[in-house]
Amino acid sequence: MISKLIFYLGFPFVRYALIVGVLISLCSSLLGVTLVLKRFSFIGDGLSHVAFGAMTITAVTRLTNDMLLVLPVTVICAVLLLKNGHNTVIKGDAAIAMISVSALAFGYLLMNIFPTSGNISGDVCTTLFGSTSILTLSKGEVILCGVLSLTVTILFIVFYNRIFSVTFDEDFSHASGTDTGFYNLMLAVIIAVVIVLAMNLVGSLLISALIIFPALSAMRVFRSFLSVTVCSAVTSVCCAFAGIVISILAGTPVGSTIVAVDVLVFAVFTLIGKRR
Amino acid sequence: MALITARNLSLGYDSHIIVKDLNFSLNGGDYLCIVGENGSGKTTLMKTLLHLIKPAAGEIITGDGLKKNEIGYLPQQSLIQRDFPASVWEIVLSGCQGRLGKKPFYSDEHKKLAEENIKKMGITDLRNKCYRDLSGGQQQRVLLARALCATQKLLLLDEPVSGLDPKVTAEMYSLIERLNKDGTAVIMISHDIMRAIRYASHILHIGSDVFFGTREEYITTKMGQNFLNREGGEQA
Repeated sequence: MISKLIFYLGFPFVRYALIVGVLISLCSSLLGVTLVLKRFSFIGDGLSHVAFGAMTITAVTRLTNDMLLVLPVTVICAVLLLKNGHNTVIKGDAAIAMISVSALAFGYLLMNIFPTSGNISGDVCTTLFGSTSILTLSKGEVILCGVLSLTVTILFIVFYNRIFSVTFDEDFSHASGTDTGFYNLMLAVIIAVVIVLAMNLVGSLLISALIIFPALSAMRVFRSFLSVTVCSAVTSVCCAFAGIVISILAGTPVGSTIVAVDVLVFAVFTLIGKRR
Repeated sequence: MALITARNLSLGYDSHIIVKDLNFSLNGGDYLCIVGENGSGKTTLMKTLLHLIKPAAGEIITGDGLKKNEIGYLPQQSLIQRDFPASVWEIVLSGCQGRLGKKPFYSDEHKKLAEENIKKMGITDLRNKCYRDLSGGQQQRVLLARALCATQKLLLLDEPVSGLDPKVTAEMYSLIERLNKDGTAVIMISHDIMRAIRYASHILHIGSDVFFGTREEYITTKMGQNFLNREGGEQA
């Protein structure tokens, strides 16, 4: 089995998949802690459907570089959903559900009215579940992903103390002179970027899992914000790595394998937390 | 010069004005209790003083060297905080965020300040405990320690004793009284009019009628007596 793994690692696309997988899972788990605590667990799901909708537009209009449309649209939606914190007209979960289902519906509608290939359900399945796109990454995409992940991680570390206080108590932070609007905006933009990146890895339906599971697992066992964040990042990276390796060896779909590993780890952590 | 002065202040959201033409001022060491019926705008007033909401009209002037963000705020507990995985230390330290300026991390000086306030609130043994595992009274002490990290000059407390049992409530009041005696000015929203009368130096009653003055003056007004009888009667 080891020799089989080493054989596969000889291929650059396998190495790329591992690098990108680990980087994206790192970013998504860092943000996951804040999102889960702010009661925005479903934002990943909502925004990824928005990205799916935007993607169908690029497919229908045959744009060559779909990032140019998908990223800005997702960022705008993320900002609309998150920027005002808890003072929005339509409350968090309703707004997310509304945007997510309508983007999904319009995306599928567009694909059916203007079919670009004979196999619509195959196309939809690919975008929703990510299937193989992580195995077809080019070197340029890997570098782009690396730069963005590094930026997200650095921003998170530099603003760690602010992110903590804005998450814990937005009003107090605002009253002490922290520009909460700016930090909410920053979080929204980062989340949108991570989600668009993560679509390559697990597809739009499973992004939520990548964002919430490591954070939830960590919260079962650890009791301070720092330890939860670190544990969440470590867990997420290990799960993504294990998931990709298993999927290569067993020939299972990458996205769902990673999520399955995440769920398993969550179950184990829950048991550990109970025993304490 | 007063620490904080409200001049012709009107409160409200959008075009809906709740309170009109408020005038009051607070000096260092004062203890002001804001009382009034539910929905009279007490929390709105507090959020306006904190610059979380823009006043509909009028202005808030800070003086006596008090900076705009030098206010220690003890909010009502939110749903998010109840099961938040954070240690007492992390939360108290976050009170220093106004002192960070442009720096990303807390300095030794900030940590010392947090340590002192933890000691002052008598929660040293809880330092590494998780916030969600604490009792209601302990959580309030943590949030009070955090507020003290923001400033020692002025504390704004939004119903600091709601949901606490009588013994812990009494402890909380004497804790706040001690802070006030040490020179911290206090503005507190309270439902407990009897205690407000007992501890406060000034009363601000808002609602259909507005009163601002010392405690002694308030007790002699008709409005104060009505409110006292009604609310006091309910509590007895």
